[in-house]
Amino acid sequence: MSDPATKRPRVGLFATCLVDMFRPSVGMAAARLIEYADCEVVVPHAQTCCGQPAYNSGDRADAKALALQTIAAFEGCDYVVAPSGSCAGMLKAHYPRLMDEGSDDHARASAFAARVHELVSFLVDVRGLSDVPGAFSGTVTYHDSCSGLRELTIKSQPRTLLKSIPGLELKEMDDCEICCGFGGAFSVKFPDISNAMVEKKTANIAAADADIILAGDLGCLMNMAGKLSRQESKIACRHVAEILAGELDDPPIASSDDKR
Amino acid sequence: MKPTNSPAGARESILSKIRTSLGASENDDARTAAAEQRITAKPRAAAPLRVAETGTDLLARFKDELQRQLATVAEVATATEIPAAIAGYLHANNQPLRLRHGADAYLSSLDFSSVEGFETARGAAAPDDSAGLSAAFAGIAETGTMALASGPDNPVTLGYLPDTHIIIVPKTRIVATFEDAFELLRERPSANPMPRTLNLITGPSRTADIGGRIVIGAHGPRRLLAILAGDL
Amino acid sequence: MQPTSHDFKSNARTALADRQLQEALSGIPGGLVAQRRAARDRLPEFDDLRDYGRDLRNHALQHLDIYLERYEQAVTEAGGHVHWASTGGDACAAILRICQGAGAQLVTKGKSMVSEEIGLNANLEKAGLEVVETDLGEYILQIRHETPSHIIAPAIHLTQGQVEADFRREHSQLPKDRRLIDPAELVDEARQILREKFLNADVGITGANFLIAETGSSIIVTNEGNGDLTQSLAKVHIVITSVDKVVPTFNDAAALLRLLARSATGQEITSYTTFSTGPRRAGDPDGPEQYHVILLDNGRSELLGTEFREVLRCIRCGACMNHCPVYNAVGGHAYGWVYPGPIGAVLNPGMIGIKEAGNLPNASTFCGRCESVCPMHIPLPKLMRHWREREFLEGETPFVTRLALKSWATLARQPWAYHALSRLMSRAMKFASGRHGAFTWMPFASGWTGGRNFPAPQGKTFQELWAAREKQAARTGRTQ
Ligand code: SF4
Repeated sequence: MSDPATKRPRVGLFATCLVDMFRPSVGMAAARLIEYADCEVVVPHAQTCCGQPAYNSGDRADAKALALQTIAAFEGCDYVVAPSGSCAGMLKAHYPRLMDEGSDDHARASAFAARVHELVSFLVDVRGLSDVPGAFSGTVTYHDSCSGLRELTIKSQPRTLLKSIPGLELKEMDDCEICCGFGGAFSVKFPDISNAMVEKKTANIAAADADIILAGDLGCLMNMAGKLSRQESKIACRHVAEILAGELDDPPIASSDDKR
Repeated sequence: MKPTNSPAGARESILSKIRTSLGASENDDARTAAAEQRITAKPRAAAPLRVAETGTDLLARFKDELQRQLATVAEVATATEIPAAIAGYLHANNQPLRLRHGADAYLSSLDFSSVEGFETARGAAAPDDSAGLSAAFAGIAETGTMALASGPDNPVTLGYLPDTHIIIVPKTRIVATFEDAFELLRERPSANPMPRTLNLITGPSRTADIGGRIVIGAHGPRRLLAILAGDL
Repeated sequence: MQPTSHDFKSNARTALADRQLQEALSGIPGGLVAQRRAARDRLPEFDDLRDYGRDLRNHALQHLDIYLERYEQAVTEAGGHVHWASTGGDACAAILRICQGAGAQLVTKGKSMVSEEIGLNANLEKAGLEVVETDLGEYILQIRHETPSHIIAPAIHLTQGQVEADFRREHSQLPKDRRLIDPAELVDEARQILREKFLNADVGITGANFLIAETGSSIIVTNEGNGDLTQSLAKVHIVITSVDKVVPTFNDAAALLRLLARSATGQEITSYTTFSTGPRRAGDPDGPEQYHVILLDNGRSELLGTEFREVLRCIRCGACMNHCPVYNAVGGHAYGWVYPGPIGAVLNPGMIGIKEAGNLPNASTFCGRCESVCPMHIPLPKLMRHWREREFLEGETPFVTRLALKSWATLARQPWAYHALSRLMSRAMKFASGRHGAFTWMPFASGWTGGRNFPAPQGKTFQELWAAREKQAARTGRTQ
């Protein structure tokens, strides 16, 4: 499994469908961080989506098929890492639940789940990272995305790494643990409620008075960035991996190309 | 009323649906034994640390918790001080020197005539009673709760109709937890350990139903005085 | 109560635009939520207690039939009567029979969500009885002809100003120029009016937070003392409750009481916790002469055998709704039936059907905050997902949603095609957005873009960038 020459663990990067299509720079940042943590990165081509849209819409059969496809795609990796608490939570907490207890698939899903980690918690908890390649000088605030926080107990890890960046000041906002209102299909099925929720979120973000709002999930980020952009806010919105890896060449989420 | 008025078969139908849902049969001795065992053993949850830590002063804890619930707490060394303590409280709250209590022997032994003009009456509360006096059989330190058993000794209405409720709590009857208080109840000399009503009282009546703001004196007493008595 | 859960979306829209409602709801985070946190922090063993509570409720449900029989026997021995009711209609009929048997005209009521579930008031009123809600919040709702919007704070959707207006309208016999500025003045006015009712009531109806098999006791947990006046002044005390509420022993009730108030209002314990066992005893100077318990099933016995069993552990503390961002945004009435918030999203479909209540388990982001505070560790998001699964299997999921899901799933199972389409979409959207970085309008997502912009993609997919990097590395020879 691991590279026999270097003994570096082999990490399969599960990019997530949103990162793949909307913000590949997050994937590049994630890869850079994983390599910085002395691992080899592979990106299986057979990965697509973790299956959450089906799973959360009650379509277990399709969710299960996608789960098996994803598990197969990452055969041969020591770890599977995703730059998203929500997708990592799906792979780790929910894949086994999709399979019949006692079946071979269940055993495979459980073994797979044990190798899955969300990016930042992987860096800190598994690889013991305490510094990062990124450099940034300014103020940031951090939104704890729900799945990462409650399914995977990711809370201190991103803060530990952020605080290791000289010149970066973390200004906590009120209610940083409350849902931003994204919820995948929820934001499209119940747009009014979703919008009311993100409005409360951006008010808290604005009150924190930081230059950048960070989070570990692109779905939440697109929601918050979309709202901030509508409000013509000056606050930039980025995935935490971008700051940690120092991948800041691309403009922030939902920002025009002129704004770098 | 007849003992049961359920539509024909409702009882059996509900019970059998429950058994079907549980995949259980009617005369499953193992399940029955497990249930009986729990009722006999009466397992307890771990006692709250605040009363379980060694060296806990239960009396101090009781007083502190009860005061947090906006009750007034007074301490007396002997029964003879009680009438004056109550009179002082009623006076301070601009209340008439009148109260009613039940047939409880201790309450009946109090000499209210030692305070000039103090009127007392016995029995269940009347609509115009201004103060009710009860005796608690236990004080529960974990939350500052007083446990009262209804009956001729302590008519239950005394604790709810009058504007002022006064409860005497023997210091020797301060226990750590709810379960400890229930144990005292089980020791009562009665066929059924349960009185018609067991009242656990922790502070005066209150509501937050209007705009979420706490207002004291919703339907029950507007004020509550607990007197911790030493010689009981 | 006629459910309006199928109208959840428009209910929610109305609620979001209701300024008074929004003002009332804005008090929840600093009120009930902050108070719960403070209470939890004062009890370091709170989480251990939650585990204990979950296990004991599981045990009680696992032996439910036995404990119910035990409970019935103990009630009967104490001189009370147990009435079993499969449906709400049966329960109402039993209560009406008892009232009529006692020649009742005036009925006072403590707060009971089960009574809302069976539509009790309307039923008794139809038979000519006067029914008076005595919990202050419920009383306010009764004079407004509204239903509770919260299971423990029924009038949480109202502001003080609204209550003042209601009292002025309803209590027209009182002087017009009276002061009603302070909440205390409003409470006092209700107190005086309801005193009269307590003293003249023939029958007092309360709910029950728990039933104890060991002793045949029913427990009510209140702060106002109205439940106690209701049950101790009337000749007849009727307890309307449901089969899931039974716990084995007194000690078990104690464990749950430690969790209930702290989770609900953040109190260590409420002012009054009252255990009632049978009617008044020989020689008792007060208390009811008759004691009846109505044990309602209403689908619970069937739920017990399904993937929803865990919801029956619920102790109705309301913490899940206090912490729910959706509930906080739209309030309880939008849910359209008796139980709002996450607990309602799981319970209501079981009671009024998934066809009527299908919106509710869908109206969640699965943020999981409800589960994280539920004292009974009920996996509410998981159970909501199970309703979505049932909906999907039973073909209740809307056709367009199904179609979209199916096409997407088919595509996602062909990585090559999937990546090709992703590349295409990424480019097309980037092109369409120009240099703006976001769309102000999007087809198929006009709901989203109604209030927010939709971020544009960067133009290339990650798979593309990665393939390019690999190629580059192969050309230059790996350096890492
Ligand atoms: S589901 Fe849990 S949090 Fe919600 S009311 Fe029931 S016990 Fe309380």
